[in-house]
Amino acid sequence: MTAPQLEIQAIAALVAAACALPGVFLVLRRMALISDAISHALLPGIVLAFFLVEDLTSPLLVVGAASTGLVTVLLVELLKRTELVREDAAIGLVFPVLFSIGVILITRFAGDVHLDVDAVLLGELAFAPFDRFVVAGYDVGPSALWLMSGILALNVTFIVLLYKELKLATFDAALATALGLSPALVHYGLMALVSVTAVGAFDAVGSILVVALMIAPPAAAYLLTDRLPVMLGLATLLGVGSALGGYWLAHWLDASIAGSMAGAAGIAFALAFLLAPERGLVSLARRRLRQRWEFAQGALAIHLMQHEGSPEAAEESRIEHLNRHLRWDPDFAARVVRGAQRRGLVARVDGSLALTDRGRAVARELVVR
Amino acid sequence: MSETPAIEVSDLTVAYGATPVLWDVDLTVPPGVLMAIVGPNGAGKTTLIKAILGLIRPAAGRVLVQGRPYDVQRRLVAYVPQRRTVDWDFPTSVLDVVTMGRYGALGWIRRPGRRDRRLALEALEQVGMTELAHRQISQLSGGQQQRVFLARALVQDASVYLMDEPFAGVDATTERAIVHLLRRLRETGRTVVVVHHDLQTVEEYFDWATLLNVRRIASGPVDEVFTEQNLRLTYGGRVAFLAEGRSAVVP
Amino acid sequence: MSIVRDLFTDHTLRTVALGAATLGIVAGALGSFAVLRRQSLLGDATSHAALPGIALAFLVSGSKAPLTLVLGAAVAGWIGTLLVMAVVRTTRVKYDSALGIVLSVFFGVGLVLLTIIQKRADAAQAGLDRFLFGQAASLLERDLITMAALGGIALAATVLLWKEFKLLTFDPDFGASLGFAVRRLDVLLTALLVIAIVVGLQTVGVVLMSAMVVAPGAAARQWTDRLGVMVVLAAAFGALAGVSGALVSSEASRMPTGPTIVLAAGVVVIVSLFLAPRRGLVWRWLADYRNRRRLGAGVALVDLYRLAEQHDTLRHAHEEAAIAATAGARVRHGLEELAERGWAERVDGDAWALTPAGRAEAERRLGGTG
Repeated sequence: MTAPQLEIQAIAALVAAACALPGVFLVLRRMALISDAISHALLPGIVLAFFLVEDLTSPLLVVGAASTGLVTVLLVELLKRTELVREDAAIGLVFPVLFSIGVILITRFAGDVHLDVDAVLLGELAFAPFDRFVVAGYDVGPSALWLMSGILALNVTFIVLLYKELKLATFDAALATALGLSPALVHYGLMALVSVTAVGAFDAVGSILVVALMIAPPAAAYLLTDRLPVMLGLATLLGVGSALGGYWLAHWLDASIAGSMAGAAGIAFALAFLLAPERGLVSLARRRLRQRWEFAQGALAIHLMQHEGSPEAAEESRIEHLNRHLRWDPDFAARVVRGAQRRGLVARVDGSLALTDRGRAVARELVVR
Repeated sequence: MSETPAIEVSDLTVAYGATPVLWDVDLTVPPGVLMAIVGPNGAGKTTLIKAILGLIRPAAGRVLVQGRPYDVQRRLVAYVPQRRTVDWDFPTSVLDVVTMGRYGALGWIRRPGRRDRRLALEALEQVGMTELAHRQISQLSGGQQQRVFLARALVQDASVYLMDEPFAGVDATTERAIVHLLRRLRETGRTVVVVHHDLQTVEEYFDWATLLNVRRIASGPVDEVFTEQNLRLTYGGRVAFLAEGRSAVVP
Repeated sequence: MSIVRDLFTDHTLRTVALGAATLGIVAGALGSFAVLRRQSLLGDATSHAALPGIALAFLVSGSKAPLTLVLGAAVAGWIGTLLVMAVVRTTRVKYDSALGIVLSVFFGVGLVLLTIIQKRADAAQAGLDRFLFGQAASLLERDLITMAALGGIALAATVLLWKEFKLLTFDPDFGASLGFAVRRLDVLLTALLVIAIVVGLQTVGVVLMSAMVVAPGAAARQWTDRLGVMVVLAAAFGALAGVSGALVSSEASRMPTGPTIVLAAGVVVIVSLFLAPRRGLVWRWLADYRNRRRLGAGVALVDLYRLAEQHDTLRHAHEEAAIAATAGARVRHGLEELAERGWAERVDGDAWALTPAGRAEAERRLGGTG
């Protein structure tokens, strides 16, 4: 591996980690698409700030452009408050217009700006090692590496310091308000974090693919754990894994690095979606099947209990009756009865079914819940 | 009773995922009654109505409307969903919403015509909303919204009416209008099933009641089933009994 | 107006205008339903998801025939939409996250495929990247025919199933109770939305096409309270934005088509939000202002009367400041309103006094409340 390759991977990993952390809260707060809106709407901010400072990795540009992100959030909020359009439409109106302004600015002034439409969509990760950060004559590494380290450190600090507030505002905004922890402040803090991160990541992966790194790893982690700290860790790991995997995928295919990273993040989510131990499709299907039998056996027990001691008990407890009344086909009914017998819930008494004591207890428990 | 029941539910079990919402419910609604379904929140009242309408697939059990499956008896049944389930800012007029009650009779693709609009206007007259026929629906009060939904069901000219909380959040005038309407439906031989929340008014408004809490607790004429013991079974310990024997749910 | 003359004489310009009008009409009409069904952002996922479909269709067939590429786009967009629904239905991942993942991952895969295509050295590959931000100038007659045919099908289906789609959008449960297959209708309407999106991809591009689904519908909703009028208006707004944006972009140099069209649509939305009668913000502010002024007038009237009572003579004039002390700061508007109605008059400078008519009015109002 060459030094630039190592540097590119280090930057990619930092970007992925920095995106995954605020992404966790976006996914939990059902605001994933705000990241889409912010990352698009940053473009005019980046272009205008670039006219002023002419350096994509300058902290000034990051702050200037990130403020456009907050403006987007405010605009969506204002538009929603008019009650003329709903939130989804408000988001869908604001960011395409801002993004369009950005693209037009870039195209009109393409000669003066070292930004082009490709950079907007794909980022320039491959060129990142060429922009060196030089301190007092010493080359200390690529600027992007330092910038993303700074942003990652900011994100970690924010989340560590405000962990309690973030957690409470995410899961119980009303309680947070009651306790005097302003959810609005936490909200705008998070939005500022997302904006700053998106500006930093924009340079590496472009506007649209930022969304992949912010949402896909946290959503995959969400399928793998119930605990917030674990989810933060897993999302970071999956993000970094997608970034590195995506890099080598791009290397192998000789294709866009940013696109491959998004693809790898997609694969990570798809794997979690299919194979997550408890929430994946496969284990879900298995559990459904098992539940269906248990449920049917429970229904049988309750059915028998409902009619126990009533005049129609003899009629209702006949096996043929199950087919007609519970709308079960004969095979299914027979298998349910066999299963229930195996579990000792019912006993067969000449053509009729009778509840055992155990069956009665199970039925009662189910009914009381 | 030798007559075919208006609705016959047998052994109905419905589950959302692994959570049972209705367990083995049997229910017979004789024709021509005005029946309340009461029970605590989460008792499965709305689910029962939706299962009767075939909007939810039951895990087990069977529903018959006038002796035959719902699929073939659909035209005999009218449905009044909960008012808050729709978007009242939808760009349409009162008359247009009521005309939707005719869509079932029209079938696919055919458009409503003059006759359908006339029927819709007649239904609006029955709920006292003729003047508002051309209003946009977002300009209606809660009670007026409810009356629009009732008119839409009246247009269906059904023999069985299923109503989900028609009294929720309406003003006193509308409440009286609805009661009047329900009685008129019963007088013309219709069967009406109403999900109802206010235990105070069950005995006054209805002649038949079903007490539901995941299981069917009791069902029959109001004076037989609306007993302290049954209410206790339905609501657990949350029922306070007032001095004159009326009951109220204590939160 | 040379542009207008060129429209009738210049074949290319006419193709561009017709193409942009077609996409605007179809996206506006079907987008209205998406806006009402709160699916504004589904269009965003669908249009981004279409990119790998376009690239794959080209890689597999080696052809740039419009129908091939559009079919590829439609299939990929449709699969993306289904994936969103599948993820939401089966897992606890919410709608917004599912949309974000499908949108960005499909788009990323599309970019990977595009970079692979660009590296292949055959001449035929050129021009696929016009699907990113759209290029109206690249529209040919055969593109136009494809767009018009697909759009025509989508619009015809909407007209034919108008009543059913209205029912599905307003009250799906009630529709199901009437026996309409609402799930199938839902799938069909979503499919028509996918068609509306792919029709516009070549002109507007995958990145911004979603705006053409949302903006015309959101604008049209402000002007009317009838679904039929809304859909027709949205189609007209879509066509207006499409044609004006496409013409500006093909006349001016270095104006990308997609963003220009979206800006035009944005202007239509802003004008509608502010100026649409009744719902528009300007009208609402005016109504608020009038209400405040009327309330202020009522307070000032009673106040003048009370102050005058303390001074025996009802024609006693008072400084504005004295009235403001009891009636609050907004007294100036209220006093002006009183003057307009002839109930009070400015005596000199900042002093005001009731007229006889004002006195009668004040007594009437106070009498009413005791």
